[in-house]
Amino acid sequence: MDMMEKLEILTASAKYDVACTSSGSERKNQAGGLGNAVSMGICHSFAADGRCISLLKVLMTNGCIYDCAYCVNRKSNQTRRAALTPEELADLTMQFYRRNYIEGLFLSSGIMRSPDYTTEQMIAALELLRNTYHFRGYIHVKAIPGTDDVLLSRLGLLADRMSVNIELPSQESLGRLAPDKSKSSILKPMSLIKEKINENRSDLVKYNHAPRFAPAGQSTQMIVGATPDTDFRILTLTEGLYRKYGLKRVFFSAYTPVVEHSLLPALDTKPPLLREHRLYQADWLLRFYGFQAGELLDEAAPNFNPLLDPKCSWAVNHREQFPVEINRAAYEQLLRVPGIGVRSAQRIVKARRAGALDFAALKKLGVVLKRAQFFITCKGKMLEGLKVSEHTLLRSLMSGQELAALEPPQYEQLTLFDDSDLAALPAAGAAVHKRGDWP
Amino acid sequence: MFKPAALAYTYDGSFEGLLCCVFESYQWKETPLAIHSDGEEQGLLLESKWIATDSSRADRVLKSLPLRICPEAEELVRLGFWSCTPDRELLLLNFLYLGFTHGRKVMNMLADDTVNTLHKAVQQLRREAHLYLGFVRFSVYGPVMAAVIEPKGFVLPVIQDHFCDRFYGESFMIYDKTHRVALIHQPGQQAIIPLEEWIPPEPDAAEEEYRRLWKGFYNAIGIRERKNDRLRSSLMPKRYWKHLTEMKGSTTAASGGKLTGSSKKLEERSLRLGDGDGPFQS
Ligand code: SF4
Repeated sequence: MDMMEKLEILTASAKYDVACTSSGSERKNQAGGLGNAVSMGICHSFAADGRCISLLKVLMTNGCIYDCAYCVNRKSNQTRRAALTPEELADLTMQFYRRNYIEGLFLSSGIMRSPDYTTEQMIAALELLRNTYHFRGYIHVKAIPGTDDVLLSRLGLLADRMSVNIELPSQESLGRLAPDKSKSSILKPMSLIKEKINENRSDLVKYNHAPRFAPAGQSTQMIVGATPDTDFRILTLTEGLYRKYGLKRVFFSAYTPVVEHSLLPALDTKPPLLREHRLYQADWLLRFYGFQAGELLDEAAPNFNPLLDPKCSWAVNHREQFPVEINRAAYEQLLRVPGIGVRSAQRIVKARRAGALDFAALKKLGVVLKRAQFFITCKGKMLEGLKVSEHTLLRSLMSGQELAALEPPQYEQLTLFDDSDLAALPAAGAAVHKRGDWP
Repeated sequence: MFKPAALAYTYDGSFEGLLCCVFESYQWKETPLAIHSDGEEQGLLLESKWIATDSSRADRVLKSLPLRICPEAEELVRLGFWSCTPDRELLLLNFLYLGFTHGRKVMNMLADDTVNTLHKAVQQLRREAHLYLGFVRFSVYGPVMAAVIEPKGFVLPVIQDHFCDRFYGESFMIYDKTHRVALIHQPGQQAIIPLEEWIPPEPDAAEEEYRRLWKGFYNAIGIRERKNDRLRSSLMPKRYWKHLTEMKGSTTAASGGKLTGSSKKLEERSLRLGDGDGPFQS
């Protein structure tokens, strides 16, 4: 099999993994080395689906001894198999990196023979890159559940980031769809990685040159829409992972049916992209806006509203906290206003030191007035001529540009909603998500 | 602000030259209606005054920025000069009037039109420069690597450190076709120099092969069920496609870059680099 064929097979098998971001590690080059790592993350290209490409994302092999129902690589799926040797993988990474096609490598693998054997192969590839080629670019490696601690520790010293995928957000779903994996086989390496990172931090204080263990931290991924788990369940789990395991990122992947299975959505089910998008928005609110999962969803309304983004939904349901006065409100309060993002909140705080701000000024600072107008005052006054009826409010909040950016034909029906549907909106959270849900 | 004068300034297009225009304006307490670099087409039928570039005058203006405004002002002004915003010279002059009047406070006056326009221009330049950290595509020709870009703003000085650190031990060149300058790097040495024209040599077999593999990878990584051309084009605008290996042969490559007035200007501006004290030298 020639290289092109191998690369195509192993890329196609890896494409559902999301963790393509290269952010979180800062490392300068040094004499004799090639490459560096930049903490802000650099996208090198964008695929036809609009997702960022920053890393050479491949599997070492797509052969697997496990049989996870949602996975293309599972043992019982009839598909072409291929494997890369550590030498081939290292060469390809270096050649792509020199041409500035990529920011580094994202390496994952099906499980060949055993978790330990697979991890040894991955270590061999990374050692070639780091020690023989002196590669100083970014490496993200997926830890294989069930691998021996000693091997995992070695792997973590070669990589910038490690991840263990949770895949399914509940124990029941896992038990049903990934019989060879268990909650503990996933959480165990996660705790080990966390411990190692912490230990390493104190080592670094003691000895300047202690090798760094996964300096960009660890992340995980969850599949959305393959099982009946709600958004609330997924978001609470996400929040717990940030707190308990110190995860840097949780990624969500709208389930694309790849194999026929009685427990999974039918093959012609569209991936629930809007749902994935809402979860990313909510995740953003957890990480940068000081929100908690319980503020955004609860048992009574466990799924996100498809028509309003999570922050707008929250604001509409918490009208008692508004309006806030732009010239006085604390930064944290500004952040909670729909239409004000992290950047514009920072600009407001800065600009109001030079003089009181009015609505025209806010517009220049990048505030989306169309949304913010209902929730703010400038020098004690609401925007002149503003009519706040439930109707105008929801209409204005709804026109999220994210809907336009997603442009998925399956949401065209949104434009069919008429005003009577809008009236029912704030409470509509619970009833949505028929599509993509199971069963 | 000084009395508006019914005249335009013409200068050599260099950063130093612009600083001399500022000096001139202060010396005569006059505000020109336009500032052009020579060679640039001039729309207004104004009397124009040639402002000669004088390093000592430029230096006095430059040194006053951190003292009379704040240390960050210098960077802002330089980046503003490299941006592709129309009438950036007059914009910068107005910004400096404000800065010399209000001092460091000007940096916070984000709602003022002049300050706001300058910040947006700089933000746009930075954004484009950031995109190029990813969108530069090198070809490997034996021991050297070379890339061609066609940016709107003058991004090379902004991305210079990144590439020189990343490929510290390599010899490489990034040719900016819009502004006709090239960043040249060899281990231990780097410079941005004017380069009228540069046509990439034919790739060898190994280079062809890695390009092919990269395209193969690019095509395999997209998920068909999620195809979204509009999203892709908003994140990776089509004008960049022409020089992206993976997009070559795609239907809508940008049309060929033609030499505009402003690129001519920058070209001349960069010609001054040879003497070793130009603003862009490393
Ligand atoms: S262990 Fe990983 S590669 Fe193997 S079947 Fe399960 S998800 Fe797929």
